[in-house]
Amino acid sequence: MSWLEKLLPSRIRIQGAEKRGVPEGLWVKCEGCDAVLYRDELKRNQQVCPKCGHHMRIALRERLDQFLDTAGREELFTDIAPVDMLKFRDQKKYRDRIIASQKTTGETDALVVMRGRVHMLPVMVAGFNFAFMGGSMGSVVGEKFVRAVQAAIEQKSALICFTASGGARMQEALFSLMQMAKTSAALTRLSKAELPFIVVLTDPTMGGVSASLAMLGDVQIAEPNALIGFAGPRVIEQTVRETLPEGFQRSEFLLAHGAIDLIVPRPKLREKIAELVAIMQHRDAPHVTI
Amino acid sequence: MNPNYLEFEQPIAELDAKINELRLMDHSSGLNINEEIARLEAKSAELTRSIFSNLTAWQINQIARHPQRPYTFDYVRNFLTDFTELHGDRAFADDQAIVGGMARLDGIPVMVIGHQKGRDTKEKIRRNFGMPRPEGYRKAKRLMELAAKFKLPVLTFIDTPGAYPGIDAEERGQSEAIARNLYVMADLPTPIIVTIIGEGGSGGALAIGVGDHVMQLQYSTYSVISPEGCASILYKSADKASEAAEALGITAPRLLQLGLIDEVIAEPCGGAHRDIPFTAQTLKASIKRALLKQLNLPVEQLLDIRYKRLMRYGQYLEH
Repeated sequence: MSWLEKLLPSRIRIQGAEKRGVPEGLWVKCEGCDAVLYRDELKRNQQVCPKCGHHMRIALRERLDQFLDTAGREELFTDIAPVDMLKFRDQKKYRDRIIASQKTTGETDALVVMRGRVHMLPVMVAGFNFAFMGGSMGSVVGEKFVRAVQAAIEQKSALICFTASGGARMQEALFSLMQMAKTSAALTRLSKAELPFIVVLTDPTMGGVSASLAMLGDVQIAEPNALIGFAGPRVIEQTVRETLPEGFQRSEFLLAHGAIDLIVPRPKLREKIAELVAIMQHRDAPHVTI
Repeated sequence: MNPNYLEFEQPIAELDAKINELRLMDHSSGLNINEEIARLEAKSAELTRSIFSNLTAWQINQIARHPQRPYTFDYVRNFLTDFTELHGDRAFADDQAIVGGMARLDGIPVMVIGHQKGRDTKEKIRRNFGMPRPEGYRKAKRLMELAAKFKLPVLTFIDTPGAYPGIDAEERGQSEAIARNLYVMADLPTPIIVTIIGEGGSGGALAIGVGDHVMQLQYSTYSVISPEGCASILYKSADKASEAAEALGITAPRLLQLGLIDEVIAEPCGGAHRDIPFTAQTLKASIKRALLKQLNLPVEQLLDIRYKRLMRYGQYLEH
């Protein structure tokens, strides 16, 4: 503190400090290019930086809201809720973790299923909510995903899944591992019904979710620069004791290694998916202005 | 410390060392050594029984990883005949952490697939400590599809710390390889009998673990994550592994109780490695029983039952 500041009346000093700070919530700094962005503009651009194209994580509800047509949406299977049958307890009780996550997110668990339309094409959508315990897959996520598959079969529509998950939910122990088998098995039925399954891999998609439903799409799409893989980068680094290559386990890396079909920026997803679904289901091309 | 005994078995190790010493002693000393040996052997057996009647999940986890524990090939040698090993995924390599081939079980043609760990250092490295890469899972898938084509029931043996977490494994699509196996196994038109013989390490285990009858050896484990991994993530401390093992409920009796497996196969007192031929015969009897039951079902019914069983997994509330 300089002698001048010491002499200044305290009231002026406080006002000065306030002026220097950015008002909470109006401006957002891009993690990619450090540009300062206007929050509303960022929201209009689906949390993608208009300057550098960096994809920030987007809240699940916001994503679904921007993905589906406004008309004809219906959320399904909202009455399926988690339960701590094993009385699992680590540093916290699983029960308390569920309640805390439900409070902060306003959701019952980590998967939301919606019936709706994309450019008038009927679709079934399942979206992982990373904000709910890291989008981890436990019994509720598994069951809701299976029902989404069944509902897609009933209405003869494509199933689109937005993944964002750290993997299996450890607090449900082996029950969570079995959700990998359960969800993968359900997808055999969707295939038999000759209905498209499109996966949109978003940041991050790891572990048990990646090693089951997330890699079983007829078409595998990823958002730019999403972290996608089986083992986490830290675990791999500890195992092989090498520095990981630049861009390891990112969408572009997966595309180069033949693991996914294409990378689509978030604002173009709606159009691209409508186009693909229409082709796979032999429907007229949707009226899309790209 | 004798490396063939686990930490909690050290009292048994000491007793057994004493017995061996006595055996090597000069018999001309006039003492009745045989009587003493018999007395000590009875004591050792009693001690083993008492220690093994009250094992923690963490101790069972150590037995499942015992360096002398029988591996897939030990069972193949002990109760299958006409075994021919088949190699490679036809795309990249032959992963020796997963082995497989055609064989006969009491004359019945079968396909056998299992994780394989190594005994000595060289073999351990060659088999990557039983941690498969994508090519291993793709070899397994190829053999399963081959089995379905020739109507051979599939016997799988699970014993892995998990799928290999390496750069090359990720580059070649570890996730997809595991996911594809889950998908294929859910609908493979031939019976699949699964036995967890040692470590059932997460997705790396499940990738050959979807089937019609799932069994677990008494001192094997099956878990979504290793107790150490769980401890370091959820308890923020790797030395809480024993607590994590308990919470995860990784043991055979617990998983049977939860309805996640169908059968527990008893091991000899002290663990499978104390009497491999005996363990193999017990396992064989259970596999054969399950196999005959599944072989009697028409394929459509078999697949329908398998599907319904997969759909039942999970515990949730519905309002």
